[in-house]
Amino acid sequence: MSDLKPVTPLGGETARVDTIGGLTILENPDWALASLSARQDHDAEAAESAKDFLGFDLPEVGAMAVGDVFSAFWIGPRSWMVAASHDDHELLVAEMKIALKCAASVVEQTDGWCRFDVAGAAAFDLIERSCAASVRAMLAGQVVHTTIHHTGCFLIRDDGGWSVLGPRSSAGSLHHALVTAAHSVA
Amino acid sequence: MTQVNRLQGGLISRDRTLNFTFDGRNYQGHPGDTLASALLANGVRLMGRSFKYHRPRGPLTAGSEEPNALVHLRSGARQEPNTRATVTELYDGLEARSQNAWPSLKFDALAVNDCLSNFLTAGFYYKTFMWPAIFWEKIYEPVIRRAAGLGEISFEDDPDVYDKGFLHCDLLIIGAGPAGLSAALTAGRAGARVILAEEDLRPGGRLLAETSPLSDQSGATWAERVRGELVAAGNVRFMPRTTVIGAFDHGIYGAVERVSDHLPQPEAGKPRQVLWRIYSKRAILAAGATERPIAFANNDRPGVMLAGAMRAYVNRWAATPAQDVALFTNNDDGHRTARDLIAKGVNLAAVVDVRPNAPKVDGAALFAGAEVIDSSGRLGLKSIRIRLRNGETRDISCGALAVSGGWNPNVHLTCHQRGRPAWDAGIAAFVPGDALPTGMAVAGAAKGDLSTAGALSGGAGAAVQALRTLGITAKPPDLPEAEDMAVSLKPFWHAKGTKRAWLDQQNDVTVKDVKLAHQENFISVEHLKRYTTLGMAIDQGKTSNVGALSVMAELTGKSIPETGTTIFRPPYTPVAMGTFAGRSVGKEFRPTRLTPSHKWAEERGAVFVEAGDWLRAQWFPKPGETHWRQSVDREVLATRGSVGICDVTTLGKIDVQGADAAEFLNKIYANGFVKLPVGKVRYGLMLREDGVAYDDGTAARLAEDHFVVTTTTVNAVLVYRNMEFARQCLWPDLDVQLASITEAWAQYAVAGPNSRKLLQKIVDPAFDISNDAFPFMACGEITVCDGLRARLFRISFSGELAYEIAVPTRYGDALMRRMAEVGAEFDVIPYGTEALGVMRIEKGHPAGNELNGTTTALNLGMGRMVSKKKDCIGNTLSEREGLNTEDALRLVGLRPVDPTNPVVAGSHLMAEGGPVDAAHDQGYITSAAYSPVLGHSIGLGFLKRGGARKGEILRAVNPLEGVEVAVEVVSAHFVDPEGEKLRV
Repeated sequence: MSDLKPVTPLGGETARVDTIGGLTILENPDWALASLSARQDHDAEAAESAKDFLGFDLPEVGAMAVGDVFSAFWIGPRSWMVAASHDDHELLVAEMKIALKCAASVVEQTDGWCRFDVAGAAAFDLIERSCAASVRAMLAGQVVHTTIHHTGCFLIRDDGGWSVLGPRSSAGSLHHALVTAAHSVA
Repeated sequence: MTQVNRLQGGLISRDRTLNFTFDGRNYQGHPGDTLASALLANGVRLMGRSFKYHRPRGPLTAGSEEPNALVHLRSGARQEPNTRATVTELYDGLEARSQNAWPSLKFDALAVNDCLSNFLTAGFYYKTFMWPAIFWEKIYEPVIRRAAGLGEISFEDDPDVYDKGFLHCDLLIIGAGPAGLSAALTAGRAGARVILAEEDLRPGGRLLAETSPLSDQSGATWAERVRGELVAAGNVRFMPRTTVIGAFDHGIYGAVERVSDHLPQPEAGKPRQVLWRIYSKRAILAAGATERPIAFANNDRPGVMLAGAMRAYVNRWAATPAQDVALFTNNDDGHRTARDLIAKGVNLAAVVDVRPNAPKVDGAALFAGAEVIDSSGRLGLKSIRIRLRNGETRDISCGALAVSGGWNPNVHLTCHQRGRPAWDAGIAAFVPGDALPTGMAVAGAAKGDLSTAGALSGGAGAAVQALRTLGITAKPPDLPEAEDMAVSLKPFWHAKGTKRAWLDQQNDVTVKDVKLAHQENFISVEHLKRYTTLGMAIDQGKTSNVGALSVMAELTGKSIPETGTTIFRPPYTPVAMGTFAGRSVGKEFRPTRLTPSHKWAEERGAVFVEAGDWLRAQWFPKPGETHWRQSVDREVLATRGSVGICDVTTLGKIDVQGADAAEFLNKIYANGFVKLPVGKVRYGLMLREDGVAYDDGTAARLAEDHFVVTTTTVNAVLVYRNMEFARQCLWPDLDVQLASITEAWAQYAVAGPNSRKLLQKIVDPAFDISNDAFPFMACGEITVCDGLRARLFRISFSGELAYEIAVPTRYGDALMRRMAEVGAEFDVIPYGTEALGVMRIEKGHPAGNELNGTTTALNLGMGRMVSKKKDCIGNTLSEREGLNTEDALRLVGLRPVDPTNPVVAGSHLMAEGGPVDAAHDQGYITSAAYSPVLGHSIGLGFLKRGGARKGEILRAVNPLEGVEVAVEVVSAHFVDPEGEKLRV
């Protein structure tokens, strides 16, 4: 076990939490991520192997599926992002490569992203100030790729609120944008 | 000061008194007042001076179309010029000052301009200030700007924050007057997602200014009841204080919500204004209509205002501009003002109606078939002169004159996508044309339905129709009974006379100016606008355009629609620059990307440089180093002497997988990749389709079907985009999958003769990185620091024995600290982008300066890399004759003949003794640096037939700087030209 100490996207040893009025913005680094792209002419095989591994079908366009261990959301044609607890599945890519063999290309994405979970009564208003997604029409389990403060982000709606996945190197700017918007609406 | 002109009634809250100042004097008003209504209630008609002639001015309108009553609002950094008093909500402590007047509003020295009006006509500047040319910038323009203008900015940073947001709806309704409210009621009850935007603080539109009832209730009461139902419904978003400023493509509208303008200052953290982008499936424009004045001599005195505005002041704000007023109209609607004034107890001195058969008005003298032809009163209206039907003239004392020339539908947003309005002779006004923005319908007065009943039914009908096209069934609500008066109007635009009659009061454009424009052949309406400045600035000619068109039409003998209109453009009303900027200000203007070692570098006092959005450490100053060169020279020497570390995470990293990954890269790169063995890295050059080189980097083969491509920092996105295009569109049959992993891995260059020794302290023992086991251009997946997954590449940009090591980004900070720690015994140092640049020039590696969008592989000395054995992007056009001439530019090294001389990038290379001009240009220097290794400046550049000219002496000439240095052409590889260091 390596003794190198990880830092969060915002540079802290622990995840940052901002509470603004009734809103909470939580930096959430506890996810291992891996993208899965079906190989040419291996769509069915990839879908089947993925289902065996994940325990559920790969989700449809714009959707996220959640299982006991893994979750996955659609990120592009024949491509999905798979997520799992970082502590339990830091080597998620290795696990998936074994499961999917040559049916799909699997790429480690864990540290390509920062994730902020937004919750609270004014969360809709905050997201509405942040991106062009039609947030009030989004249902739990839906995902869109959108732009927040000039950065490409995935916006996930779940039962508890919203999750924003943005590029890790821009975590500070993205966090600033969310916090500023939170002050506007809180 | 008491509110001498305050009347009974109105929609103001008299239970609370608000104190405010105007030009330093204290006044009082009430919640619900605007600054203009409160000043009128306090007996103040004079609120500003005009743009050019510095004429005294008061409010002409009661809305956002106001051309005259412009003030400085607030003070200090929050001072905002050109604020319309007519839409400024009064708050306690409001501070306003008049503008464009000196030393005072009542005595303005520059009013002398008015006496010089014969010289200051339209086009005056263009004709007069032509000579001498140098005077324009130094004298004329500053003087003119000082004399003619509107408000002044504070020159301080705006302390407020602005926000932006995005909304989606089935139906956007613009305007919450009777048409908008009935449309919202219809759509809201049908369950549609509705946004109702209203520029006023409360719904109702003209209903708030009128006394005619809706069934058994006032218009204001009905509007408030409807608002309550809409808000309670949950599917309707009512947005007061929100102006829709533009209609854009695909049903997108821009809107500005004034969140805090009615407060002394925004609450902490709250925005002053929000710029909304509204995505609508359908839209109904219910923006109402704007009354237009009638021009007559001296029609701009304070106290002369539009009849509908005066009615609004009296009914809504319980304020009259004077106790004795008169009315000048050409239509029946003007008579409403007369009736309401009388009902409020205001003395109506006269009703002057141009129509011979004008209806009588109880309680006032009617002058039918008469015209107002002049007025008097230095700082405010004292009397009007009228010309009776029989030609006689008569003077009538009055402190205010209500003028109505009819109503112009607010068609602006219908024209934002180049639509043209159509002329409706029935109301003598432009109405929306057929070419509306997609998804837009128009209802109510904006469509030309000028009665309340017409607006109510028209709004409901438009909503039913709009929703039907979305598959939503709606039915019109039961609407209250309302006035349904037909328009009775005699077109009348200006009273003839020799004195100046104002058309555009904001820009001081008179009937005479339009005549002059015509005389000088500026007949096109667009030329008329530019020549006279008609319709420009804050009000965009809302009260003046049609009047001016009528004058031009008379002069040309054409009809008004034949004369045409100018183009309406967004924004509908002025928008603060801060609102457009939103949150993107200061260092948050754009996002910043930080490298994994940023914090560590900050702790060491690194000086950072922007590289795209990235912040990269440029150099790491040590105590005692006072010049950047000292730091950079030290970093170069230390790296070449032992070992240095540089964060190169910013280089683009693209994961390429798939059975055809190698074949794909073969097509992307100019050189071949199919035969690259697993565990090896290769330098690659990418060409544009036109054969010009555009990016370079490496591709590491981690498995038969797995590569990692690196790009330059600046082209990371471009290369990825181009590769995606190639994958999806050029070769969709190839089995290739791409993923950007730039962010996912922290990557460090470890360079110098001790780099291997340093790495051996962190690479786990299971991995042999000796020269034999891990030779130059090897790559592999390893573990470091007891089991952390990592990738190691033996590549070198510096020309030293070097590696690049990558770990998951969250461990990047720790790895840098660990390498600094274990490397201490080798005196490891961090180096920044400057040292990186020096070392790559010493080594002769091209970078962005050389891949500058004009150079080919041949120019770069890599012509042989463009494989003839395969197809790739750019190889065909790289063979064009013009790119392969004998004297084509070649990359060369350059050193000064006198080592104490600098080599300056950008200098051009000229033959010794020859002329210095473009015709004799031999080439140019692209990169230059001081080489601490060599002890003198060096440079890279492109030289005609450069490959065959080593040893030649040339002149490096920089005519702009007046610098000329003799340079010798040498190999581009100043350091280790044989590459021996790389392979030890």
